[in-house]
Amino acid sequence: MSLSAHVVIQRGSLGVDVALEVKPGEVLALLGPNGAGKSTVLRVLAGLARPHAGLVRLDGQSLDDPAAGIRLAPHRRPIGMVFQDHLLFPHLSTVDNIAFGLRARGSSRAAAHTVAARWVARMHLSEHSSAKPRSLSGGQAQRVALARALAGDPRLLLLDEPLSALDARTKLDVRADLRHHLGDFAGATVLVTHDPVDAMALADQLVVVERGRVVQVGTPVEVSRRPRTDYVARLVGLSLLSGTAHGRAVLLDNGASVQVAEASNGPVFVAIRPASVGLYRSRPDGSPRNVWPATVAGVTPYGETLRVDLEGEVPLTADVSPEAAAELDLVLGAGVWASVKASEVAAYPA
Amino acid sequence: MNAPVSVRQSRSQPDGATGVPAILLIPAAIAVAFLVLPLAALLVRAPWSTLGSLLSTPEVRDALRLSVVSASLATLISLVVGVPLAWVLARSQIRGRGVLRALVTVPLVLPPVVGGVALLLALGRRGVLGEPLYSATGVSFPFTTTAVVLAQTFVAMPFLIISVEGSLRAADRRYEDAAATLGAGRAMTFRRVTLPLIAPGVAAGAVLCWARALGEFGATITFAGNFPGTTRTMTLQVYLALETDPDAAIALSLVLLAVSILTLGLLRDRWLMRT
Amino acid sequence: MRPPGRPPALQSVVLGLLGVLGLLGCGASDPPTTGAGTAGEERISETVTVFAAASLTDVFTVLGDRFEAEHQDVTVVFNFAASSTLAQQITQGAPVDVFASASAATMQTVVDAGLIVAEPEVFVQNTLQIVVPAGNPGAVTGLEDFTNPDLIIALCSAEVPCGAAAVRVFEAGGLTPQPDTLEQDVRAVLTKVELGEVDAALVYRTDVLAAGEAVEGIEFSQSSEAVNDYPIALLAGSPNPGAAAALVEFTASPAGLDVLAAAGFQIPEG
Repeated sequence: MSLSAHVVIQRGSLGVDVALEVKPGEVLALLGPNGAGKSTVLRVLAGLARPHAGLVRLDGQSLDDPAAGIRLAPHRRPIGMVFQDHLLFPHLSTVDNIAFGLRARGSSRAAAHTVAARWVARMHLSEHSSAKPRSLSGGQAQRVALARALAGDPRLLLLDEPLSALDARTKLDVRADLRHHLGDFAGATVLVTHDPVDAMALADQLVVVERGRVVQVGTPVEVSRRPRTDYVARLVGLSLLSGTAHGRAVLLDNGASVQVAEASNGPVFVAIRPASVGLYRSRPDGSPRNVWPATVAGVTPYGETLRVDLEGEVPLTADVSPEAAAELDLVLGAGVWASVKASEVAAYPA
Repeated sequence: MNAPVSVRQSRSQPDGATGVPAILLIPAAIAVAFLVLPLAALLVRAPWSTLGSLLSTPEVRDALRLSVVSASLATLISLVVGVPLAWVLARSQIRGRGVLRALVTVPLVLPPVVGGVALLLALGRRGVLGEPLYSATGVSFPFTTTAVVLAQTFVAMPFLIISVEGSLRAADRRYEDAAATLGAGRAMTFRRVTLPLIAPGVAAGAVLCWARALGEFGATITFAGNFPGTTRTMTLQVYLALETDPDAAIALSLVLLAVSILTLGLLRDRWLMRT
Repeated sequence: MRPPGRPPALQSVVLGLLGVLGLLGCGASDPPTTGAGTAGEERISETVTVFAAASLTDVFTVLGDRFEAEHQDVTVVFNFAASSTLAQQITQGAPVDVFASASAATMQTVVDAGLIVAEPEVFVQNTLQIVVPAGNPGAVTGLEDFTNPDLIIALCSAEVPCGAAAVRVFEAGGLTPQPDTLEQDVRAVLTKVELGEVDAALVYRTDVLAAGEAVEGIEFSQSSEAVNDYPIALLAGSPNPGAAAALVEFTASPAGLDVLAAAGFQIPEG
């Protein structure tokens, strides 16, 4: 139950060219900004869009092979898909929505109903078995959508922004729930999301897509520790700088210099966590060797703290407590000094 | 301080009675009067005391039954062939779709009498299709109840097609995608997903179609003729009654008016309640 | 912020509408002012309004042209429709100078309403004729064929004059016809004969003549049982009685009678 896909498709002015491999039981997240072409890739995998070139193979069977003229219609693919707004059939009850795929694939009414009823129980939806979608909460609808996709026993599960229709509170519960069900699923899963938290929480493997191209591949830990583009760095809350390492000093592309923990040589990325950036009204004395003047370009609440965007020779993001912010008088355009310990700065080959 | 507040209120509620500018109110009132007065006159002049006896004659009962039966059959035919055509117009990629839509909607603007003549030329005993049919089987349509149904279908089906096509265009096609990923082929998707989704539009189209068929006059009298029990529908009965017994004509018109109001009642959710 | 000069557009439309409604309201009840100032004078002038039976459409149009040629200052305006419709319009107050009906009974309703100056005069007569499509595909020879259920037969509905006349000739012949359709007017019957959808029908001789090549007329002996009289009368409310009288006289003149006879009408004796 492994998926091997290379999808080439033109979507308006956007040329999409994405390759991915998913092993059985593995969850791959396609992570990227809106309009990057992630959903297009998913639609190709589902058979809802026709690729111009490439190859989509599931367990050795070709689903799409434009060169050989092979294209399996969506309803003949062994897939299950969860759509962005769930797309539960509004005229069907919970149990009938779940039974739909079984009926479509030839099960008798009774057999389909039996299996669907099992999924209803498993998803803790028994009280809503005969409810219409419009009376379900967002979390319930999401579970129905997942059950509907899984009831047909697919070999490939496709999730298109499965959590984006939910409010923040529900999201937490549903994400945990989804993680649990994905853990039970034996087939390959491809998840599309623009939310790094969803991707980190649910995926074994991340494929970061920007403007139709793969920009980074790796496990969530690898990607979040060592982002390779500004987009990913911002997603995981890191300030990303690029430059050239000469031992423990990295000369940034704009001429500034940063001291790092480990020595290396050649082109590198430098990642700095906002929490490790200290802010001062006047130039601090003492040990930190990374000290730069900066200007406050933005202050936004971020959980318990405030996130401060800084402009200067080294553009950074810093997290400070509200008390500290008040003390520092962090208004827009205020001049501050930023410092980072060298031991807090990670450099890795670009 | 009160004056600016009240100004703001009236601005924020343009639909309120006080929000209608006089320049619109006057023509609107004229339009209402023009549309409602004739109907009111029908009610004022109705022979209420003899209404029962006027409507219980065998001729009227025959005409009413014929109208209801033929209009229902015309609606049924329109559903069976019109809904698929609406799908073709809304969803297919075939060439000349715009031309096809224009052709299909021609009966909407064609004078019904011309439609009747066209039907005679096509399906009459000497018609383009009718002549070979007649010489092969001895079957001819004019002057039969079948002809009434055909005439009504010709005139009324475009209403259904337009309504259903509109619903299909407005329907969220992603539901069909969802059905496909669940293993449903196009036929099953249409039957179990698309059709239920557009059911309100189909119902509204069917009601419109039925009402138009019920009110059909020109094409019927031209193509089907006018014989009691066979082809004389309510509208033909009204027209004939005007010749000799205006009271009876008014009584019959009231029945048609009642049917129209009922139709509007059925469409209420769709049109009258729209804000 | 609206450009100057724009707002009056809607107002003028409204005023225009009101004006139109006002005119319609007056037109239905009051005689037109045209000719009112000359009503007392003996001069023949201006407009004569004639309400005439639909079956007179062709022949009266010709008569009107000839009359206008002789009376340069008179314009004849026709309103052709079913006689019963016209009678209703006249009793509702339509401003008319002359009424020519296809039925004595219909004319009588106007007489009864007291709207006629003098006793109406029968100026032409019309009789029924069998009409068949060119080539007579049903091999129709006489009125007896109307009892054949295998033929497609069209008649006028008994409520209208041509249908009432048909009832009389069938009664006279002791025949029970088997019609397939009872049409509202002669025109509807003729259309279906012209298109060959009907094997035989009964219409007026004048209609058969007017229909031309597409149809054939067949005389039958019982037609004399239903001679249709066409009465013509001057109306009491005539806005232009002088010209109107001249027009009625013209229909009885040799020139007028020529036109009427050519169209297939019979001229009553005496």
